[in-house]
Amino acid sequence: MNQKLYTFNGGVHPDVHKAESNATPIRTMPLSARYVVPMRQHIGEPARPVVAVGDRVLRGQMIGAAEGYVSTAVHAPTSGRVVAIEACAVPHPSGLFDLAVVIEADGEDQAIAYQPLDWRSLDPSALRNRMRDMGLAGLGGAVFPSYIKLNPGAQKIHTLILNGAECEPWITCDDRLMRERAPEMLRGIEIMRHALGCQTVLIGIEDNKPEALAAMRAAAPAEIEVVAVPTMYPGGGGKQLTYTLTGVETPTGGRSTDVGIQVFNVGTAYSLYRAVEIGEPLISRVVTLTGHVAQPGNFEVRIGTPLADLISAGGGMLPGASGEIIGGPMMGFDLMDLAAPVTKAVNCLIVKNPKFFPIKPIELPCIRCGACARACPADLQPFEMYWYSRAKDFGRAQGYNLFDCIECGCCSYVCPSHIPLVDYFRFAKSEIWEREREKRAADLARSRHEFKAFRLEREKQEKAEKFAKAAEKSKAAASSNADPTAPADPDAEKKKAILQAALERAQKAKESVAPKNTENLPPRVQKEIDEIEARRATVEATTETKE
Amino acid sequence: MIGSPYILGRNSTSAIMLKVMLALIPGIVAHAWLFGPGIWVSLFLCSAFAIVFEALLLLMRGLPLKPFLSDNSALLTAWLLALSLPTLAPWWLYAIGMLFAIVVAKQLYGGLGQNLFNPAMIGYAALIVSFPVNMTQWAAPVGLADHALTLLDAFDVVFAGQGSISADAYTSATVLDTWKTQARLGTPSESILSQPIFGWAGGQGHEIVALMYLAGGLLLLSLKLITWHIPLAFLAGLAATAGVLHLIDPTQHASPLLHLFSGGAMLGAFFIATDPVTAASTPRGKLIYAGMAGLLTAIIRAFGGYPDGVAFAVLLMNVCVPFIDTYTQPRVFGHHPGHSKGRKS
Repeated sequence: MNQKLYTFNGGVHPDVHKAESNATPIRTMPLSARYVVPMRQHIGEPARPVVAVGDRVLRGQMIGAAEGYVSTAVHAPTSGRVVAIEACAVPHPSGLFDLAVVIEADGEDQAIAYQPLDWRSLDPSALRNRMRDMGLAGLGGAVFPSYIKLNPGAQKIHTLILNGAECEPWITCDDRLMRERAPEMLRGIEIMRHALGCQTVLIGIEDNKPEALAAMRAAAPAEIEVVAVPTMYPGGGGKQLTYTLTGVETPTGGRSTDVGIQVFNVGTAYSLYRAVEIGEPLISRVVTLTGHVAQPGNFEVRIGTPLADLISAGGGMLPGASGEIIGGPMMGFDLMDLAAPVTKAVNCLIVKNPKFFPIKPIELPCIRCGACARACPADLQPFEMYWYSRAKDFGRAQGYNLFDCIECGCCSYVCPSHIPLVDYFRFAKSEIWEREREKRAADLARSRHEFKAFRLEREKQEKAEKFAKAAEKSKAAASSNADPTAPADPDAEKKKAILQAALERAQKAKESVAPKNTENLPPRVQKEIDEIEARRATVEATTETKE
Repeated sequence: MIGSPYILGRNSTSAIMLKVMLALIPGIVAHAWLFGPGIWVSLFLCSAFAIVFEALLLLMRGLPLKPFLSDNSALLTAWLLALSLPTLAPWWLYAIGMLFAIVVAKQLYGGLGQNLFNPAMIGYAALIVSFPVNMTQWAAPVGLADHALTLLDAFDVVFAGQGSISADAYTSATVLDTWKTQARLGTPSESILSQPIFGWAGGQGHEIVALMYLAGGLLLLSLKLITWHIPLAFLAGLAATAGVLHLIDPTQHASPLLHLFSGGAMLGAFFIATDPVTAASTPRGKLIYAGMAGLLTAIIRAFGGYPDGVAFAVLLMNVCVPFIDTYTQPRVFGHHPGHSKGRKS
């Protein structure tokens, strides 16, 4: 059957550079001496460490438990001893350190007892909870916890899309995985289909990967369709692939599930297979090592492996290397520290050299040529957003739908003036988020202040009412034995009543707080105490009336 | 800060400008072939003045010379203005034109990318309102001129004035000018069109140059340096308006064909109205902007005081560009059709 394909606007055709790394089979990394396993490897709340320094852990043992709804577990990649739980270098654009469990490997690589699941007989929700503890997160780069995505919720999911497009240049980990492990991957896809209860399954693979297409087609049952999509960046973007395969646009600000479609990366399907049918949590992934290294290729890497070890496994950097990129060249970021580990999000490590990654030319003024708008897969007008982002007129930038920008980098890529457009948009977005945070904080403070003022006012009124009632009572008592016709001064009566009430309370308080063992005190002490008590009574009375 | 993308396409501003200039070459060569070597002199002079004024203003503004002079934008402006002006005009005419184009219209507005008005057309407009006589003396086609000029003669005429050779010997009015004057005098259109300066479509010789500009414009389209919207809408707007007027009163209004192949129509449609800095940028906006410019060109040619209307039409539409762009924002991916965009603030 020939699937009808839809063409989104925009996109670019950078040199793909796939051949550098996709020619050789996936190699298994030798064990490292030390593993650094960050607790935050997924979108959402970081996992909570459940081991202590000194503990011995086994491969596959949970060392971080999912905390909150949007979270997932983290596991020990090998057997060894926990030597530290501390902030470590992690692969993140900020270069900031983050909490990680550091494991010294004992070299035995002893595993916990894996428990395969009979998923066909299992209720989808039980399966999902299992996946949360298996640490599954999307391996395409966004690392969203998979168990949430396997929950169709209120929306009926009719179509499952497997993203094997791998549109970023240089990256080939999904390509190799599809070529080598298609049958296992398809079993993972079957499990996804079972959990989501959907009918249609489409696997989108860019047509520059004929081997992967053939392998997947050979492994796929008749009802699962493997579709070759045109090679064009960012054809593997979730919204773009969904549109290419179905013609459905993901609504702005929403997810594809809003239109009954769920998208998973093919690598995630393979990991799901391992988690369910083998019972192995997510402790390894395939990572592309490419660029200016001696033996580029793909490696099956344990999560937590220092990136420096990965580079050594690839024969080390060649002379003249000029830095490293985590991810692809279009959306990746600079690696700040080679001690940072491979995480679930790391799909590629590119060692740069000046030939393929030259220094960016000087930025010239925008000539409004519109090349960015024609390249934009979201149909935005980047040069207008640039204008307002640069002027820090973020309201206007938002008016041009800044938040529909997927930061794919096509605009920067095509700009003849070499303006780093997407940097301006990241800046504008972060400024807007910061302002919204500030506004929320200010709103919270204001509402707190307003509630306090309201509470004080209410208490004042309540007191006044109480006094008025007491006044009524004493007035009634007074009128029963005094001359009922005497002219009543309501103000004086009220004051008197307040005073009376205060005195009564003071008396009561005095009684209640009266110190014990005060009998038979020397007269001097007794006198002093009496004076203090009297003073306290007056003070209490006056403060009461003041209020 | 994330530095991605780490790779860039091969696009550059200077290459874009250079390609546009290359696309002008067929028209220039045809012009030199058909009207003599005067065009080389005006191109040279305009280019030289453009570089001098650009460098001077960059220095005064404290900007680096190298990146801005090498963007080729001043040179392109110079070529566009030179091709819009009569050749063999006195040198100071080119100097004043470039002064207005580069200094006033471009650098005083903030330089490349910041100008509201098309610089070449500002130069043209300043000259036609100031020196209308010089602006209507166009080099006659080689075959029609009494005196064929050499390149040296051309330099001599431009710098030393018209001394030994009478201007009438090598210049003539344009067909638009002739039509306008004669039709208003009541000359029947057949006898106007039978004059030797008229060719099969537009002006003798000029129609060939216009065809070459059309070829260059198609090259720009194929190189994706421009989109089809502006040239098509401009030519359609011009032809439709001229066609309606011609149907109403053929004795006063020339045929659409004459309009398309004379004056600045082809140059304007493909090279001038398409200037990205000053043109509308959205697909629908481009259609409105250029369609209106074509319409205004025909109206000015028919009823205005000047023989050609491209410059004023383009400048008038430049004013409307921010407004047009704001209200013609395309639908953003994932937004519902008709969802309002670009206007919220």
